[in-house]
Amino acid sequence: MKRLRVLIPVALLAASISLLALEASAKTAGEGSASTPPSSQFALGRAPESAGRGLFVQGCSSCHGFEGEGVKGAGPSLVGAGEQAADFYLRTGRMPLDRPSEEPIRTPSPYKPAQIRALVAYVGSLGGPPIPEVHPEDGDLAEGQKLFTENCAGCHQIVGRGGILPGAVVPDLGAASALDVAEAVRVGPYVMPSFDHLDQSEVDDLAAYVEYTHDPEDKGGWAIGHIGPIPEGMVAWLLAGVALLFTIRLIGERTTR
Amino acid sequence: MTPGGLFARLVAALGGLGGLRRNRERRQAELHQILPPGKRQFDAVRSEEQGRGREAAPPPELDETGDPRAELYVALLLIAAAVAFVGFVVFYVVSEDTQLLGLSIGIGLVLAGVAAALAGKRVVIQEKTTDEYVAYGDREERREVANHLVEGKVGVTRRKLLFSSLAAVGAALGAAAVVPIASLGPRVGEKVYETPWSAGKRVVDERGEPIALDTLSPGEFITGFPAGESKEEIGSALMIVRLETDELELPADRADSAPGGYVAYSKICTHAGCAVSLFRYPTFDETQPGPALVCPCHYSTFNPADGGKVLFGPAGRPLPQLPLRAGADGSLEAAGGFYEPIGPSYGGIREDPGAKPL
Repeated sequence: MKRLRVLIPVALLAASISLLALEASAKTAGEGSASTPPSSQFALGRAPESAGRGLFVQGCSSCHGFEGEGVKGAGPSLVGAGEQAADFYLRTGRMPLDRPSEEPIRTPSPYKPAQIRALVAYVGSLGGPPIPEVHPEDGDLAEGQKLFTENCAGCHQIVGRGGILPGAVVPDLGAASALDVAEAVRVGPYVMPSFDHLDQSEVDDLAAYVEYTHDPEDKGGWAIGHIGPIPEGMVAWLLAGVALLFTIRLIGERTTR
Repeated sequence: MTPGGLFARLVAALGGLGGLRRNRERRQAELHQILPPGKRQFDAVRSEEQGRGREAAPPPELDETGDPRAELYVALLLIAAAVAFVGFVVFYVVSEDTQLLGLSIGIGLVLAGVAAALAGKRVVIQEKTTDEYVAYGDREERREVANHLVEGKVGVTRRKLLFSSLAAVGAALGAAAVVPIASLGPRVGEKVYETPWSAGKRVVDERGEPIALDTLSPGEFITGFPAGESKEEIGSALMIVRLETDELELPADRADSAPGGYVAYSKICTHAGCAVSLFRYPTFDETQPGPALVCPCHYSTFNPADGGKVLFGPAGRPLPQLPLRAGADGSLEAAGGFYEPIGPSYGGIREDPGAKPL
């Protein structure tokens, strides 16, 4: 810990020196550096924030503006969004979006983890809440289910398999980590409302429940993908139909013609 | 009786039915000895002599072809079915558990079905004949036919037992079908217009805590209830959302119903009465769908900014709004009753939304 405290200022100093050097070299290089691929920009050893700035200008500014101030009709201002929202959208691959009118959905991110950290640091520098803490291991599963039922199950279904809403697809929470849950609950991504009135222990409870739904204890046996009563009913009818046919075969008799 | 034992017996009964297949051929051979195929002709059209024909028919000279043991089984199955149906009535009275109701009526129906199948297989003689539609035959032939018609029931020896157990099943099933009528509640009457809300009634959350004006930020929702009242009442649950005050487009006469951008709506959908538990609120309203309250059953979509107006879906009228105001301590309370009748729409409520303001 002590070593780290010493190291951080040293690293910052080194970073700012290299930054100055880079600024200078960029000036001499002119337009050349703007077309440098994102990965090589980060590899140059800039501090995450400024490396993130470069990535941001390249990948995000067309919708969110050069200073993250937003673009009318394309993307919202990121001032005040904070690392919390940036980390959620980028880490789950919801951003960048091909078209601003699309619904952001979970996809593999085109950025490397280090690039995501840089972008998150840049957006965080515009102000807003930091990446939240979450401790699902401290959460109460029963309380989590209660909170989930009350606040989340309307859209995400009680086992978190998602669904639809007029105008939006509700994501399956099967891939959602505890941190994703904590961030989404605070951020309210896309058309999800935020639940900022939930306190830290309630978020822990929710995260514990969502982690539980990844592999729930199916007391009833066959869960049929946890996708609800309609497939369950269809399967029941099919099984009952076979049983009925069998019974008919048993008590009826074949006519010989 | 344990469910396992019951299942074993059911399987045994079904297995017994399977075994009948072998018996059938043997018994049909016996029948053929009694009635040579060539003589099995009859006239079903002429009825004037039917009475005489029956009188004239001597008791058929048949061996006891029915199976007395099977009769006993059928009677036992029927009695067991009757007991199960009576069990339904008993469970209906003494227990809240609907699983027991389903189990008892299900077992009863299966037992009665097995009894019917068993009776058809082993008690009543089954035989197929081909009717040659020939000249209206002579007395002798008609007697033959009459014999043939009665022989089906001749083999049945414990007719009284069978009929009384069948009657018991009928009565018990009838009782099981009739008793749930007791579950019909009182007439709805004016009750549908009564809710626990009136001016000054405090709004609390799921845990009974009051909802302060700063509990929610714009874009958040919470489920609200009347303080000190049952949450189970259809009029109790509220969907409370906070919007930006400049987002609100409430009708002029409701302008004061939304302190701090808080608007409250009945959580019961006006279409089929499900809980309107979905709230959609855009992060960026220029490219994303606007705020909406959505019912998960049939996707009726209501606009919380505009008095609950229907945006989409099968609901025929707006979601009823409850006017709010800030109480003395700054927490939310009702400023009156709902603007419209709450609950699913039917009859006059749907045709005339403004019929009975509260």
